[in-house]
Amino acid sequence: MQTVKMVVTGPFSAGKTQFIQSVSEIDVVATERKISSDEERSVKSSTTVAMDFGRITVDEDLVLYLFGTPGQKRFDFMWEILSEGMLGFIVMVDSTRPETFREARSILETFRAYAPTPYVVAANKQDMDDAWDLEDMRHALRLDKNTKLLPCVARDKNSVKTILLELLYSILQEMESGK
Amino acid sequence: MALRGNLRDFTITQLLNLINLASKTGTLVVDGSTEQAHISFRAGKLAYARIGKEDGSLAAVLYKANKINANQYRAIADRAGQMTDKELGLLLINAGYVTQEDILLNLQAYFTDLVRKMFTWVEGIFRFENDILPPDDRINVRLDLENIIIEGSRQLRELEQLQDEIPSLDMALKFTERPLTNINLSVDEWKVVKFVDPKNSMRQIAKTNKLTELEVRRIVYGLLQAGLVELVRPANAQISPNAKSFPTQDKEEQKSLINKLIGRIRQI
Repeated sequence: MQTVKMVVTGPFSAGKTQFIQSVSEIDVVATERKISSDEERSVKSSTTVAMDFGRITVDEDLVLYLFGTPGQKRFDFMWEILSEGMLGFIVMVDSTRPETFREARSILETFRAYAPTPYVVAANKQDMDDAWDLEDMRHALRLDKNTKLLPCVARDKNSVKTILLELLYSILQEMESGK
Repeated sequence: MALRGNLRDFTITQLLNLINLASKTGTLVVDGSTEQAHISFRAGKLAYARIGKEDGSLAAVLYKANKINANQYRAIADRAGQMTDKELGLLLINAGYVTQEDILLNLQAYFTDLVRKMFTWVEGIFRFENDILPPDDRINVRLDLENIIIEGSRQLRELEQLQDEIPSLDMALKFTERPLTNINLSVDEWKVVKFVDPKNSMRQIAKTNKLTELEVRRIVYGLLQAGLVELVRPANAQISPNAKSFPTQDKEEQKSLINKLIGRIRQI
């Protein structure tokens, strides 16, 4: 049995667990704990402290694992471990919470430094009225024009599929260009 | 859609950076703790600024800059009360009191000072209004934002925040496609700019220039904010997924594996 993995990262409460749940064929194995900080509790009641784990079986010989990282900086020691051997990564950003953009930028740069693998940025909650425009997010997140910044709704399976496919197209493109 | 938030999460320099890079037209309205500010832009350039009830009329600006004296200022206030700034400007130029350049330079300096004042604002709700344009009766300028952004970025001194912005010094820098014109850089900033090249990591640039990690981060942050450079992987880093990512080392098998994944995900 061959296995490959992709990592879904992003700030606290960006929608990483939901993203994996939308396409995983198994119930996501999530290590969730009650939130201890008041500020974080006001956003959601539990969070991922180690990782989420989803699976997509391709055939009897090949399985894709999706790992979701914990969002809070205090768990960043996990990021490097989870990033080891990944095919690529997805950075989830909540389009309605500009207060998390700085952290998203920091996580993105940290992962870029860990591993020279392709990545895409998923702008979650683009269906909400108070979502920032993609073009404004591109500048706020300091993404160059070649980086894929894709609209996303993490609870919508088709939207999640599009993000995963775009990452795979990027991986294939880089392999074919021989970089 | 919304471009709104809190200055706690988005500094004024970061907002100016966004407006600059997106070439936005409209007005940034900031409700600070004691005053409200309106800063207007055209195609990403500063056009007009006003904070609170401060008298930003042309006459007041020229008087503060000693371009007209107190008597002239009073006379204008008495006799030209209904006149727009544009009309007043033409009158003063035709009367030989000031030149067009005097007016533009002094308005630019005045608006820049107002924006500088906002660098100290750490609390406040902002929103960008695409539909609010600079007032018609006031003279607008066209001021590039890069220098103001670099100046504002120099004020960010906390190491922790700089580490968040630039987590790894092992990344390299490259120039963006924006033209570099009339940029006012310090000696240390020029030292870094001289070595901007995807082959050089920031750590190497710091070492070569005998800069500390804090110093190089602060300089790079300013250059990033002004949209002059971007972070890239060092040119010698392998970009494609590394060997450990695949269960096989055969390139064709690796491509076949990715194609299988694409096929499977399309079916979900």
